[in-house]
Amino acid sequence: MDTIFALATAQGKAGVSIVRISGPDAENALNALSSLPVPTGRPSVRSLVGKDGTHIDEAMVLRFAKPHSFTGEDVVELHVHGSIAVVQAVLRELSTIQNLRHADAGEFTRRALENNRMDISKVEGLADLIDSETEAQRMQALRVLSGELGKLTNYWRDKLVRAASLIEATIDFADEEVPVDVTDEVIDIIIKIRDSITKEINGSVIAERVRSGFEVAIVGAPNLGKSTLLNALAGREAAITSEIAGTTRDVIEVRMDLGGVPVTLLDTAGIRDTNDVVEGIGVSRALDRAAVADAIVYLYDDTSQLAAFEGDEAVIRLRAKDDFGDYLDGISGHTGNGIEGLIQQLTQRFGEMTRDVGVATRERHRIAMHEALVHLLNAESIVQQGPEMYDIGAEELRISCRVLDTLIGRVDVESLLDEIFSSFCIGK
Amino acid sequence: MKHFDVIVVGGGHAGCEAAAAAARFGANTALVSLKSTDMGVMSCNPAIGGLGKGHLVREIDALDGIMGTAADFSGIQFRLLNRRKGPAVQGPRVQADRKRYMQSIQSILSNYRNLTFVGGEVIDLILRGDRVGGVVLGSGEKITCDAVILTTGTFLRGKVFIGDVSYAAGRMGDDPSVKLAERIDDFGLQLGRLKTGTPPRLNKKTINWDILDEQPGDEDPVMFSFLNDKPVARQVACAITHTNQHTHDVIRNNLDKSAMYGGHIDGVGPRYCPSIEDKIVRFADKTSHQIFLEPEGLDDNTIYPNGISTSLPVDIQNEYVRSIRGLEQVEILQPGYAIEYDYVDPRSLTETLELKDVRGLYLAGQINGTTGYEEAAAQGMVAGLNAAAAARGLEPVEFSRSTSYIGVMVDDLITRGVTEPYRMFTSRAEFRLSLRADNADQRLTPLAIEREFCSELRASAYQEKSNQLSECREILETSSYTPKEIKNAGIDINQDGTRRNLLQVLAFPNVTFNDLKALDDDLHDVDVKIADQISKDALYANYIDRQKLDIAAIQKDEGLKIPHDFDYEAIEGLSSELRMKLSRARPMNLGQAAKVDGITPAALLLLLSRLKKGQRQRKLA
Repeated sequence: MDTIFALATAQGKAGVSIVRISGPDAENALNALSSLPVPTGRPSVRSLVGKDGTHIDEAMVLRFAKPHSFTGEDVVELHVHGSIAVVQAVLRELSTIQNLRHADAGEFTRRALENNRMDISKVEGLADLIDSETEAQRMQALRVLSGELGKLTNYWRDKLVRAASLIEATIDFADEEVPVDVTDEVIDIIIKIRDSITKEINGSVIAERVRSGFEVAIVGAPNLGKSTLLNALAGREAAITSEIAGTTRDVIEVRMDLGGVPVTLLDTAGIRDTNDVVEGIGVSRALDRAAVADAIVYLYDDTSQLAAFEGDEAVIRLRAKDDFGDYLDGISGHTGNGIEGLIQQLTQRFGEMTRDVGVATRERHRIAMHEALVHLLNAESIVQQGPEMYDIGAEELRISCRVLDTLIGRVDVESLLDEIFSSFCIGK
Repeated sequence: MKHFDVIVVGGGHAGCEAAAAAARFGANTALVSLKSTDMGVMSCNPAIGGLGKGHLVREIDALDGIMGTAADFSGIQFRLLNRRKGPAVQGPRVQADRKRYMQSIQSILSNYRNLTFVGGEVIDLILRGDRVGGVVLGSGEKITCDAVILTTGTFLRGKVFIGDVSYAAGRMGDDPSVKLAERIDDFGLQLGRLKTGTPPRLNKKTINWDILDEQPGDEDPVMFSFLNDKPVARQVACAITHTNQHTHDVIRNNLDKSAMYGGHIDGVGPRYCPSIEDKIVRFADKTSHQIFLEPEGLDDNTIYPNGISTSLPVDIQNEYVRSIRGLEQVEILQPGYAIEYDYVDPRSLTETLELKDVRGLYLAGQINGTTGYEEAAAQGMVAGLNAAAAARGLEPVEFSRSTSYIGVMVDDLITRGVTEPYRMFTSRAEFRLSLRADNADQRLTPLAIEREFCSELRASAYQEKSNQLSECREILETSSYTPKEIKNAGIDINQDGTRRNLLQVLAFPNVTFNDLKALDDDLHDVDVKIADQISKDALYANYIDRQKLDIAAIQKDEGLKIPHDFDYEAIEGLSSELRMKLSRARPMNLGQAAKVDGITPAALLLLLSRLKKGQRQRKLA
């Protein structure tokens, strides 16, 4: 049985974050972070120190010996300060410990259930929570895929499939007319992917994402004050506002901090049928971005507009240009009416959504990329030794694909076969 | 009225293996086929094994099945594919003498005392409630039984195509099973249509062998059966020739006359076994394709030209074959043809290959959408063992994808279905480094011994080998050495201060078993084969350790069984969409449920909690 860990609380600057570790190696994991032992059942304060000796945080640590824990396994809880940097550092350290891996959605609950530590009737209540967690992760993945990182991950996937299929072709079709030695081409591909992944791990896009956090798209018909609302929320003139409908033709982004959660506000072009080509592009971009945003603030000034986005739970509907609070759902960027309420609503929503999604998911991607890189480097040195070593090289490539699963999608044997059959004339 | 525990319908590779397995597992078994002399016929290419396929044959043999023995007896050219690559991806393959193969199969089957051959055509099934309880023969005779295994191959609404000529046939020269197909229609199963093709068969005496390249067999032939160590038949070579531009022109100019390109066939063909028409259309820039000229037997004049299956008219076949080097004067003994047939969506089967909706009826082989003798025989094994187990009231015999290629295939078939004829590849097995042809006996023979379907001969051979293996492992694990001691014995190893036992030393890629002998004299007495097996395990040790966690997780989920009559409607909190999907797929365990399209972690948890509740209630009751 492997040992799993995850952030067990919602993230937020002010609060305390709890990282839970469950499984036979929980105590080993704790010992890797803290030099002093921790007794079971009594809260202890410990300095958490990384492998390289850097101090991470002063944490309250709880140890539960099996079966007297939430999951029925050995459990360690690290109560650390709720800053993104601290949580990230803790998760990162844990990911480097042998036999430890990040928990999947619902996995703590599943273990509790298997060890009869949970009343079965409670599971049904938890299911919704796990579903929303899964959904949030799916959305997160979707967002990754729709951005620059998406282009990259597609590139990695294509290359990995190509490299693996070349090797598999020489293995599974050795008695057919396929090349015997594909070392050069495979090494060439591996070098391209590993360079790209290395750049990504050290580089900008992920960092960008960490900074950008959740996306909130402000949408609605033209000239309802979307840009004014954005400026009011951001506290500066980020978008050009004017009286002319259709001023905002592209998507404008403003990053801000909302109750400790990093949020990107998207000001979008007003949605209307238009003959202006540039504005038309803006409208379609607005709809694309809104579709993958974590929340949509939809402004209307006529109840006939309420049909838009019907049934979409990500939408908060507000009556536009309500300068003096005439309506219950009114808002105005001009006077600031309703803005406090909107901020509260968004903060609460993201609080629910985050649980272990925000930072943790991105951290997970980073961990996955890191592990994939390790196995790519292995594959590179093994494949280099020629066809005699392809069986092991193939295994390293397979592991790389599997750890990148959350990013590039599952690489199934069918994808490899498709690539093989389209590249080589197989068939005796 | 006659009664048997198990009736097997069909005497192809699936049928013969099924009948042998059922009989070996103690069921009073009948094999019903048109002619007893047809049992074990190779209707396509005269070869057994290959990559993935060779693994299957080894596994069949490890379970004391018959295919490996017959392949060894009939082998006239043995080749271990991927000999220069790692042991996990090496696959034994053999050119088989058709007649010897059939002889061997028929003689093995005749030695099973509780196996009876019944000549005739099964035209209908006898139903008892929703169970199958017997068969009706063409003569009107009825035979009752507890379980029926259908292995009808391409006979279900089979249709042969040569150019624009087509007629109903099970295979060349045999009638299809039309009435049986109608009965199967009544069960309301999901059916699909597949196709496959064969090349024209050539007269050996009309080939100009002198100008062709020879392809000899291996110098040290590797057998299929763990009980054999050398070939018994005379060994021969194959020859290789190639198509050329002229061949391609002939085919290209006559594409509209091909059954496949003339729009006569709708069925889906295998991508890894395309017709020569397909190759020339899809890979237009290739100017030549390789052809293996494979003898069908030692005293047989038929040559099987592997690589040019076709459904062109006979005169075009003649023209293009004669454009090929060495075949300028060749005579076609039997034209190539395509065959299209029905298959049953294998997702309607359980992991024992019994139909979920028609209890007592098992399907094995091409009827389940697979291709290949080896795939068919392996399914025959699964169905035969389980039909016998059910008839005798025993627990089912299940195969996991973590322990065998057989398990990989069954799991792929019943959870994912097929889109083209399913063939085994080593890349389908995610635990490929553990599931090797060389260790099939270590993986599966204990199961055969424990469940008592293993002959004493094999059981004692296995015990002997196992003892030797553990003795050798003990020698290797008992003492540990410092890097310096190891270096002094002439082994170049990292001087990192870590003490290692010899098994760990063997795991280094540059270390061979012979190198270790300098460190422990006892190793001089170890048999070469045992040393070989130990070395292969050590080679992959690091990867196999890593896979153990994955395997444990799979086996845990497979162990959580879902009752056949499980009511998904009763699960609160599950969306109606998922309820519908699960009710339709009816997974047999939690592992299969996880593979149902759209299943979320939460849905699995809900399912698990219901299963646990059910378990507790059963315990209380």
